[in-house]
Amino acid sequence: MAQKPQQQQQQNVAYTVEQLVAVNPYNPDILPDLENYVNEQVSSQTYSLNANLCLLRLYQFEPERMSTQIVARILVKALMAMPAPDFSLCLFLIPERVQMEEQFKTLIVLSHYLETGRFRQFWDEAAKSRHIVEAVPGFEQAIQAYAIHVLSLTYQKLPRTVLAEAINIEGLSLDKFLEQQVANSGWILEKSHGKGQLIVLPQNEFNNPELKKNAADKVVPLEHITRIFPILG
Amino acid sequence: MASNYDYEDAPAGHEDPSRQDLGYDPNFVPDSVKSFLVHLYRHIREKNVYEIHQMYENSFQTLSDRLFKDTPWPSVEAVAPYVDNDHVFCLLYREMWFRHLYARLSPTPKQRIDSWDNYCSLFQVVLHGVVNMQLPNQWLWDMVDEFLYQFQSFCQYRAKMKNKTEQEIALLRQYDQAWNVYGVLNFLQALVEKSNIIQILEQEKEGLEQFTATDGYDYNGGSNVLKVLGYFSMVGLLRVHCLLGDYQTGLKCLFPIDISQQGVFTSVIGSHIATIYHYGFANLMLRRYVEAIREFNKILLYIYKTKQYHQKSPQYEQILKKNEQMYALLAICLSLCPQVKLVDETVNSQLQEKYGEKKYGEKMSRMQRYDDEAFAIYDELFSYACPKFITPSAPSFEEPFVNYNQDAYRLQLKLFLYEVKQQQLLSGVRTFLKVYSTISLGKLASYMEVDEPTLRTILLTYKHKTHAVDSDGRIISNADVDFYIYDEMIHIVESKPVKQYGDYFLWQIVKLEGVINDMDRVKLE
Repeated sequence: MAQKPQQQQQQNVAYTVEQLVAVNPYNPDILPDLENYVNEQVSSQTYSLNANLCLLRLYQFEPERMSTQIVARILVKALMAMPAPDFSLCLFLIPERVQMEEQFKTLIVLSHYLETGRFRQFWDEAAKSRHIVEAVPGFEQAIQAYAIHVLSLTYQKLPRTVLAEAINIEGLSLDKFLEQQVANSGWILEKSHGKGQLIVLPQNEFNNPELKKNAADKVVPLEHITRIFPILG
Repeated sequence: MASNYDYEDAPAGHEDPSRQDLGYDPNFVPDSVKSFLVHLYRHIREKNVYEIHQMYENSFQTLSDRLFKDTPWPSVEAVAPYVDNDHVFCLLYREMWFRHLYARLSPTPKQRIDSWDNYCSLFQVVLHGVVNMQLPNQWLWDMVDEFLYQFQSFCQYRAKMKNKTEQEIALLRQYDQAWNVYGVLNFLQALVEKSNIIQILEQEKEGLEQFTATDGYDYNGGSNVLKVLGYFSMVGLLRVHCLLGDYQTGLKCLFPIDISQQGVFTSVIGSHIATIYHYGFANLMLRRYVEAIREFNKILLYIYKTKQYHQKSPQYEQILKKNEQMYALLAICLSLCPQVKLVDETVNSQLQEKYGEKKYGEKMSRMQRYDDEAFAIYDELFSYACPKFITPSAPSFEEPFVNYNQDAYRLQLKLFLYEVKQQQLLSGVRTFLKVYSTISLGKLASYMEVDEPTLRTILLTYKHKTHAVDSDGRIISNADVDFYIYDEMIHIVESKPVKQYGDYFLWQIVKLEGVINDMDRVKLE
């Protein structure tokens, strides 16, 4: 099936930049390509940590070429990758004086709230900084996915109000959201006595210890065993 | 705050480059040196690796101690006639010449630049594939190690602009390509690529190549130099990326080497330690504490058992220093992720008792209190044990001149302590979780003197911080004690540690086979 020309072109760009990063990363000439790639990631809702780290390194080598706008976009994308520690990994490469700028201080605060489970404060602060976060499509959904991830590690059963605060959805929108999760993700809704709705999350090895893979199941990879075949034979 | 961080790499008392001139005649070649060079050159031509290793490890050291305690070796021009003016040998000799200089004296700015030029020539010769030697792994490792040490040292030197003389600044301006970060990284990358080492290691897994089995040596009449330099350059890339603060990419560079097995990296103790030190540190910064603890534990145990054999070696002091640093890093990891069951008995007792006022055991319990004193100890241990971070960019040649050599370190320290601070509340929760099997949210909130919504955020933080994302994107639990919440009740789960027997047995099987093979060989002779 033929793809739309624009899609095909975007794929070609992504393929080429990833190749550059893999084959020739320590090369100042690829800086403009990497910057374009960041904008590409933002508009097409894709993400590449390796390419972004490569760019941050080049900025480190030649600080006069740094674009704070691009750096801010990289950080927002990194935030959207939570629970992965990408945001910290990016901060390690950004000079302190740049991190003191207003927009970066805000992003660091946002990251702090997410790292410490303070979702209510996060959404309040994000609402005040719409210009930063709305510049990147998919931001809200990504954070909501992270929130659900942490809740799924923690709860087998939780009150609706806790969920609502974590994903910043209420009322009818929340009802609709819950319907979808029930249909697609195995959530179960319960009515509780006088406390409002309860949500039962699917069980996994983190919120149900009995599902945890047994230590005895830790198999040695086959390729390690092949090393001793000559000895055994 | 930064008081413990010792940036001065030069040995104490050797700060003054002009000391080099005291009674030193670069053209005088003592007889013992002539003899040494002639024999070394012959052994290299005849590819007698064992003899080369003996001369390199022992004779060079002995002569340095006896004749060149605080002067350089004779100049390369003076020694060239004794070795047929062999171009490659002269490059190797010069590399050792500069290495000796850095170790015993203090290089002048011009010498730093000349050393860079020598490395360029040496690596280019190797990359062109014209080197037909077999050199001991120790020597090849030392080259890469020294190359990066001098790079680090130059970055430090260059970043201290404040008291530079006009000549120094002119020199820096003129030779702006020397020790350029692009140059360093691209040399390492070129060695990795040209040697084809990644493909060799891949094919070795399928039995199509021999590399690890021969310790990297070529028994088909070829040369091991490019291959082994390529191999060690992967460790070099890990190290440089750690110095830059890019831990993710550093680990990626090391990925082709399987550190759970013996390999060429374990054939030289310096390389073994450097690999694990940086691997562990990178994992610490990536919050993969269990992985860091496992690797530090293994190597500390290894050093404990084998350090007596290295007492006479020139690397002994470095081994001891790295050993201490890794104990400090292990103490940090265990305070952030208390899984003491992952640590071997011997290593644990060292942590608790042995190091006098260092007494990591005591420091660990103080760190877990997360008060101001705790942060001071985290600061102290991190500063003592961390790599010597660098600012890779060229200095600004506009006044006012400042010293910015501590900037990189300060940033990494600040971000690390920030992470520690975020984990502050976890230790309080842990204490309660260890005591109860179930407890209601309300009760726990009142014991911890917080309201319920705050308790919920603390519990979410605990879960998030103890469940790291590994290199494949999977969630792995670091938690020694875990829980889940069912409506209003917290159910606590004590987790059992996972001992990895598989790798241990495989290692021992291969080792035993090696011993049996060695014994068989003895019988035949």
